[in-house]
Amino acid sequence: MAFFLAVSLNFFLPRLIPGNPVKVLVSQMATGGVQSDALARIYDNYMREFGLDQPLHIQFLRYFANLFRGDLGTSFMLYPGKVSNLIREALPWTVALQVPTILVGWIIGNVLGAACAYKGGKFDAIAFTSALAVSNIPYYCLAIILLYALAVSNPIFPVGGGYSFGSYPELSLSFLLDALHHYTLPFLSLTVVAIGGQAIGMREMALYELTTDYVHYSKALGLSDKKVIRYVFRNAMLPQITGLAISFGTMMGGALVTETVFSYPGIGSLLFTAIRQTDYPLIQGCTLIITVAVLLANFLVDIAYGFIDPRIRAAQLGER
Amino acid sequence: MGEVLVLVLRSRRFMIGAILFLAVLCFGVIGPRVTDRNPFQMVGGLFNPPSEKAILGTDNLGRDVFTQLMYGTGTSLLIGFVAGVVATGIGVTIGAVAGFKGGLVDELLMGITNVLITIPAIVVLILLSIAIRSRSAVVMGVIIGITSWPWTARAVRAQTSSLRTREHVDLARISGYTTAELIVKEILPYMFSYIFMAFILQFSAGITNEATLSMLGLGPYQTVSLGVMLHWALLWEAVRTGAWWAFLPPVVFLAVASFSLMLINAGLDEVFNPRLRKS
Repeated sequence: MAFFLAVSLNFFLPRLIPGNPVKVLVSQMATGGVQSDALARIYDNYMREFGLDQPLHIQFLRYFANLFRGDLGTSFMLYPGKVSNLIREALPWTVALQVPTILVGWIIGNVLGAACAYKGGKFDAIAFTSALAVSNIPYYCLAIILLYALAVSNPIFPVGGGYSFGSYPELSLSFLLDALHHYTLPFLSLTVVAIGGQAIGMREMALYELTTDYVHYSKALGLSDKKVIRYVFRNAMLPQITGLAISFGTMMGGALVTETVFSYPGIGSLLFTAIRQTDYPLIQGCTLIITVAVLLANFLVDIAYGFIDPRIRAAQLGER
Repeated sequence: MGEVLVLVLRSRRFMIGAILFLAVLCFGVIGPRVTDRNPFQMVGGLFNPPSEKAILGTDNLGRDVFTQLMYGTGTSLLIGFVAGVVATGIGVTIGAVAGFKGGLVDELLMGITNVLITIPAIVVLILLSIAIRSRSAVVMGVIIGITSWPWTARAVRAQTSSLRTREHVDLARISGYTTAELIVKEILPYMFSYIFMAFILQFSAGITNEATLSMLGLGPYQTVSLGVMLHWALLWEAVRTGAWWAFLPPVVFLAVASFSLMLINAGLDEVFNPRLRKS
């Protein structure tokens, strides 16, 4: 359902743009001094190629059918390059950046948040305020500052890209080390922000849990602090897993811009170029892949939730 | 009310946040009115370092960064404010109606809301932005607002459906209030603190979203905003050439603006939610 709506939006919104992208494309060629009847033929050819000579509903059905074959159309900017190929090249970079970032940020953030709530006092005040600070400045602000501090004024890390000039992606140790060197800054800037956001959420949940009856009861029973905090942690964890699913969508936007800051060769940078070149098929391809990724991540978290929450697990197994 | 005010004034987080935010606000609102410079006027060469002529140097086209910063802060705050108003308005309306009416209306409205939550807002924002030709600052605020209301709607709905069963609401209903009157007079006043906090959050998110869109090159036309300044700085490699004056000021202002709003929010949270107030 959400998927269908997203695909429809993806199709119709760019088509609301007044003017004809093909006309723009052809008029760019016209500066080369091509004859006008030749231009008209090129125009007709393009219209057919992009399927824009058909009525809207046929275009839509065709778009849908093509999607299922994994065909996202042809890029304007890199004609006749296929959008799906461009995305296939960029996608692994983005996945390699985002998945570890989210997981590491989530784990460290949760532990930190629980510690804040439990310890309270000065530790809490300092950690909470700094978590509030880093999680609420936009991702790319931190990215820009890190880039400037650790790559430009103190050149410890490279200033951008996914790997050095002159080398190309291959499975060798030197390439991996090189890629890792380039990877550090984008990874760091995204993770720090993610830690902050998760820590705040966890702190709030744990604070709430600490006031519940079972905590008072276990304390009155004289259970060790360590045991109590483990109970609290496990209970506060569940909403945090849902929180993880929710944050995917919002994190995506920041992560995309972070890629452009580091000219990291992922979907974000691709989208950036596509927007600058008004390459509609490529923009649509990128937005589609982002939507699919977020929906897929949500789905996976839902499944994981079923495994982790004993109540749901029991219900599914037909126990109780 | 007096008691709340005392608590608000005693909250350190709130006070620091409010002072920071007021400072940024004054800078962005009063600044452009007192300066005689235009943000698009060229006063020097490519990335001139700070000097007496331009306190924060010049950007890629030799324009004064300090003047741009004043105008840009104003625009960013305007966009964030409009986005906040629109998002809170739609969210509260939908949430209150769904929660109050219940039944089929509730199912329908919440169904729509939940579907919209799963679609990443940034995607809709990008698509809407490329579909709309003339993006003024206000239009951008509205676009951001329409894509970010679902969270508010969901939370307001939860609150409303618990308030709905209170006695004073029943009493008003017997007295012949219409549904709209009931919601406005008997439900919303009880959530005022909550709605205000939601607005602050949306305001802050609006500023961030503007910057994200603008940095991708989908910013407002013919205006400077903090995001637009960063877009230029990135496009012209200000970071890599070490022209810190072209990108650091907008970064700092963005960070301070959204951080101060969060502090205000956290401070209010302490005031309205006594459980968070630790002795």
